[in-house]
Amino acid sequence: MCATVRPYWRLFVAGVRQQSTYRLAALGGLVTNATFGFLKAAMLFATVEAAGGELRGYDVGAMSAYVWLSQGLLGSVNLNGRTDFADRIKSGDVAVDFARPISPQGAALAGEVGRAVFTLVPRGLPSVAIGALVVGMTMPTSPGPYLLGLLSLLVGIVISHATAYAVNACGFWLVETRGVQVLYMVVSGFLAGLFVPVAFFPSWLLRIAEATPFPSMMMYPIDILSGRIHGPSATGLFGIQLGWLLVTLAAGQLLTAAGRRRLEVQGG
Amino acid sequence: MVDSSRTGATAYRPRRLGLADRSRPYRVVLASRMRSQRSYRLNFGIDLFSSFVVGFVELAEVWLLFHNAPVIGGMDFRQILLVFGIGDLSWSLASLVFGHVDNLATYLRLGTLDVFYLRPQPLLLQLVTSDISLRRLTRAAVGLGALVVGLRANDIAWSPTHVALLLMTLVSAAITYAGTYVWAAGVQFFVVAGSELTNSVVYGGRYAATQVAAVWSAPLTVLFGYVFPMAMTAYVPTLVLLGLPAPAGLPAWLGWCTPVFAVWMWVFGLVMWRSGVRHYQGGGG
Repeated sequence: MCATVRPYWRLFVAGVRQQSTYRLAALGGLVTNATFGFLKAAMLFATVEAAGGELRGYDVGAMSAYVWLSQGLLGSVNLNGRTDFADRIKSGDVAVDFARPISPQGAALAGEVGRAVFTLVPRGLPSVAIGALVVGMTMPTSPGPYLLGLLSLLVGIVISHATAYAVNACGFWLVETRGVQVLYMVVSGFLAGLFVPVAFFPSWLLRIAEATPFPSMMMYPIDILSGRIHGPSATGLFGIQLGWLLVTLAAGQLLTAAGRRRLEVQGG
Repeated sequence: MVDSSRTGATAYRPRRLGLADRSRPYRVVLASRMRSQRSYRLNFGIDLFSSFVVGFVELAEVWLLFHNAPVIGGMDFRQILLVFGIGDLSWSLASLVFGHVDNLATYLRLGTLDVFYLRPQPLLLQLVTSDISLRRLTRAAVGLGALVVGLRANDIAWSPTHVALLLMTLVSAAITYAGTYVWAAGVQFFVVAGSELTNSVVYGGRYAATQVAAVWSAPLTVLFGYVFPMAMTAYVPTLVLLGLPAPAGLPAWLGWCTPVFAVWMWVFGLVMWRSGVRHYQGGGG
């Protein structure tokens, strides 16, 4: 493997292995995901039924697919804004990261994405299984949507962590970033379509959502994977995701570079 | 020179401590926490704003559903606004005082809980008064706004009984939510690393409390109607206030029993807390 990629790959694998040791945490997360899933499903199914069994392209089966895929992705897509990087800025440990011969952004993201990908096993798959077994959900029957869907899901995960990283890089100026994190948490969840699918938004709100990277983190992967959007439109959504991937990575890179000049670590 | 208190030459007379004296240590801690939260001024401003947006977005998510289907589970948006207002206002106030009890898992992991044992004060009381989440004030403002608009938009046949019901509900709901925090803290002694488990009750419960409980399946009704009585904190009392028909499994007269459910949640919470404290073996320090 190319020498420049190897350290990041090692960090990714370390992330996967780190996450695989927290079994009880995964179980706790799964129970919470499932509880929220049942509450979400109850309210959304009732909404679809109140609208006459079909609402903005969703019937109960498609809604079930949305609910359980979104619950399954919740552990892997970063919609809470928390990163270890923020703590490292606050404590000054980030100075050590700058001294290393690899990009602090690349190193942070490799670890986070590794943990996120592993989380799909204990939290993602069981959530989807609960939905499929207990409620039943409409999923595509051909392999195409699954293939593109998995790629889209992976890109969505990376976009979420890249955006959370960029937001936390504000810590170079703010030091305490709790407020910004909470702001990210609530805005990202809302615009990514965590509690209400983006298709339910009125057109002005939809335009606002589409001007942000948030739907690319969760809504588009779910749309592609569940086959709700297919064919050329699905490829188009994937293209939009790749665009946001570049933008969010570049933003993180720029903020890191600017923050490095700003950084002042106290102590010896 | 002889120490008089040892020889008993002058009998030592303990001064009777009044409530002001006894609560002083707690007040000092709380005042310092309030100062520290405001010391990073920009962050505190963003914190207050973020917390407002959290409440606002949760309301928007409810609105979005009713924007697409005007009547869900027998309620329209004006009516659910009242449920949301009662639920969110009382939950925010309970979180203002009890929310940080949720940090117990962090103290357990770091072993810092043992410090609390060194002080001659009750553990739970210390934990509750160890912090205060001022940011929840702006979120409470969203709940209050929804409540005021909800009360004005609905046609309520006001009588002294209705006023009493509303006040009783707000107080009981806040006490019930505080009880879920205590319950969750008790469970955290057992699951430490899996502390996210309790989010299903604390935050899942908050989510359930502002839903139209009529749409729930039977298991959800048992879980969030009775075991963790979330439907009783806002939805069922609102049915009584508005004179709406009650769904199966949640009779409307229970809307008058909110204090009973608040007491139940605290009994359940304190039993869990006590067994958690007994289970705890120390941080190994």
